[in-house]
Amino acid sequence: MSAPMAGTDHLSHIEHVILVLSGKGGVGKSTVATQIALGLRHAGKKVGLLDLDLCGPSIPRMFNLQNQDIHQCPEGWLPVFVDKDQHLSVMSIAFLLEDANDAIVWRGPKKTAMIKQFLSDVVWRDLEYLVIDTPPGTSDEHISVVESLKSYNPDGAVLVTTPQAVAVGDVRRELTFCKKTHIPVIGIIENMSGFVCPHCTECTNIFSKGGGEALAKQFHVPFLGCIPLDPKLTHCLEQGKNFLEVYNDTPTHKALDAVIERLIRIDRDLP
Amino acid sequence: MADIPTDAPEHCPGTASDDAGKAAACQGCPNQNVCTVLPKGPDPAVAEIKERLSCVKHKIVVLSGKGGVGKSTFTAHLAHGLATDHTKQVGVLDVDICGPSIPRILGVEGEQVHQSGSGWSPVYVDDNLSVMSIGFLLGGPDDAVIWRGPKKNGLIKQFLRDVDWGEMDFLVIDTPPGTSDEHLSVAQYLKESQIDGAVIITTPQELALLDVRKEVNFCRKVEMPIIGVVENMSGFVCPKCKNESQIFPPTTGGGEKMAADMDVKFLGKLPLDPRIGKCCDEGKSFLTEVPDSPATQAYTQIINKIVDHCNKFVASKETETGEKMEVGSSS
Ligand SMILES: Nc1ncnc2c1ncn2[C@@H]1O[C@H](COP(=O)(O)OP(=O)(O)OP(=O)(O)O)[C@@H](O)[C@H]1O
Ligand SMILES: Nc1ncnc2c1ncn2[C@@H]1O[C@H](COP(=O)(O)OP(=O)(O)OP(=O)(O)O)[C@@H](O)[C@H]1O
Ligand SMILES: [Mg+2]
Ligand SMILES: [Mg+2]
Repeated sequence: MSAPMAGTDHLSHIEHVILVLSGKGGVGKSTVATQIALGLRHAGKKVGLLDLDLCGPSIPRMFNLQNQDIHQCPEGWLPVFVDKDQHLSVMSIAFLLEDANDAIVWRGPKKTAMIKQFLSDVVWRDLEYLVIDTPPGTSDEHISVVESLKSYNPDGAVLVTTPQAVAVGDVRRELTFCKKTHIPVIGIIENMSGFVCPHCTECTNIFSKGGGEALAKQFHVPFLGCIPLDPKLTHCLEQGKNFLEVYNDTPTHKALDAVIERLIRIDRDLP
Repeated sequence: MADIPTDAPEHCPGTASDDAGKAAACQGCPNQNVCTVLPKGPDPAVAEIKERLSCVKHKIVVLSGKGGVGKSTFTAHLAHGLATDHTKQVGVLDVDICGPSIPRILGVEGEQVHQSGSGWSPVYVDDNLSVMSIGFLLGGPDDAVIWRGPKKNGLIKQFLRDVDWGEMDFLVIDTPPGTSDEHLSVAQYLKESQIDGAVIITTPQELALLDVRKEVNFCRKVEMPIIGVVENMSGFVCPKCKNESQIFPPTTGGGEKMAADMDVKFLGKLPLDPRIGKCCDEGKSFLTEVPDSPATQAYTQIINKIVDHCNKFVASKETETGEKMEVGSSS
């Protein structure tokens, strides 16, 4: 990443910025963002995870960080660390709320102001990767983050979809968003693809199958793989456990590994 | 859009917004002074919308703080279910501006809306089921709606004020996830038109409930009555071995406990059934495609509870005001 300014610019020290996007809600953006962050850290990288879902922040809960607070330092806001080594840090609006049930009832301009503040005031220090989780859609949050990141040349976006047509339809529009805003598409992930019954090992495609892969082909963007619908993954996220450590020899783990491997390669692809 | 002057800067917060004249975008705008000085009275559209929707008997809003829990699927099937009574006129309004799913789920993707003297005419799925969505205004399946809040609000206002629904028994409004522009606009523009209530959709796991509790609090903040909570995707029965799996496990008690904790009604559970997703993709009604399934039974029970609520709601309003609502002779 190029550094447009010196001084208190907290983003210019970050090597790679990756957005996780989807036009569709509930397809697993936050899940993918957390697994990517954990996987990169596991590979020895210093990682930050920024949660830009202001009305429905999920990231703190997925790391079991619900009762943490943000601390202020002279340079800005300190993110919350997930691990003792301080190699993985998280920032989310959930850390700023008094009561977890409080609704953030904000219109666009206020959300935009908050996002600008998150991007300028968080003291990330020297990160190798900043992963950014977003809410569904192509509106205020997305326009704001893309505009603010423009001068930093973000590496691009990982697009998450589920296989069925209702989801793929929205992700098609997200591809147009990326094109119009000049965000490179790192690739498409097909999540919740196939469910293997734990009782009889029969595979049922509860949310259909193949839609994400077909979309990637049709639009000539890389396909990053299928992640199965795996109750063990939901369970880990519910408990704030690290799935990649707990279930390390499962098809889901392998699928996630392939995605993370691709993101590590971004580093090697550099001249 | 009355809310945004034509000569406004790109990110104008809207003249009726609390930020009018004060937002960053207002710097240097020729209207800044007027916006800061003028008192912000009620938007005249609120009264116009009341007038337009005076011939709609019941208004139901489908909400959820969480994405992908099945709001649009439920909206469509609630509408299908209500419309099985051929004496009832049912309308669906999709205010998910950036991710409109309703045209596909109702099988009317690619249709166009027409303008007439009395406003926009909605698209008809059936004689007694009509729909309005931004999906009908787009050029094609790749068109992205890259709009900030004020522009979305402008279109929602037009949808509420300018669509010629005719006389209607039920209007069901599908929303995007969250508690932001779209939700505030629906609440504010319908302030005087009286919403019968909101149906809140969740899935069983805590990660969904976390956001759904916020939505309940949102409804309380904007004084929108809550009809109740529906838990969707509650368990999956393997078609081969008939054993049930909790794919989205209710680790904190699920929708039912959440509803009890927050003192709102629990309307019922809908199972995960791949045929529901398939019907949505094909634009068909699951209720008529698979009429004898447990999911269809659950839908019917939930829909009956909602109708019950609506009838009681309107009856109580009528005794309050001493006026009878004059809607569709329903003959
Ligand atoms: N592959 C998977 N297998 C099983 N459960 C999954 C999988 N991916 C995601 N989930 C679960 O599905 C739910 C939705 O996922 P998640 O919250 O990550 O979606 P999202 O796209 O971030 O949603 P939103 O649009 O609300 O931000 C979560 O409870 C998550 O634990
Ligand atoms: N009970 C169910 N069983 C199986 N699939 C379902 C069920 N309910 C919904 N689905 C499928 O899940 C996906 C998400 O549903 P839907 O689009 O209605 O959610 P939504 O809450 O409207 O999402 P968004 O937040 O993006 O607007 C759809 O593909 C739909 O077909
Ligand atoms: Mg999320
Ligand atoms: Mg929807």
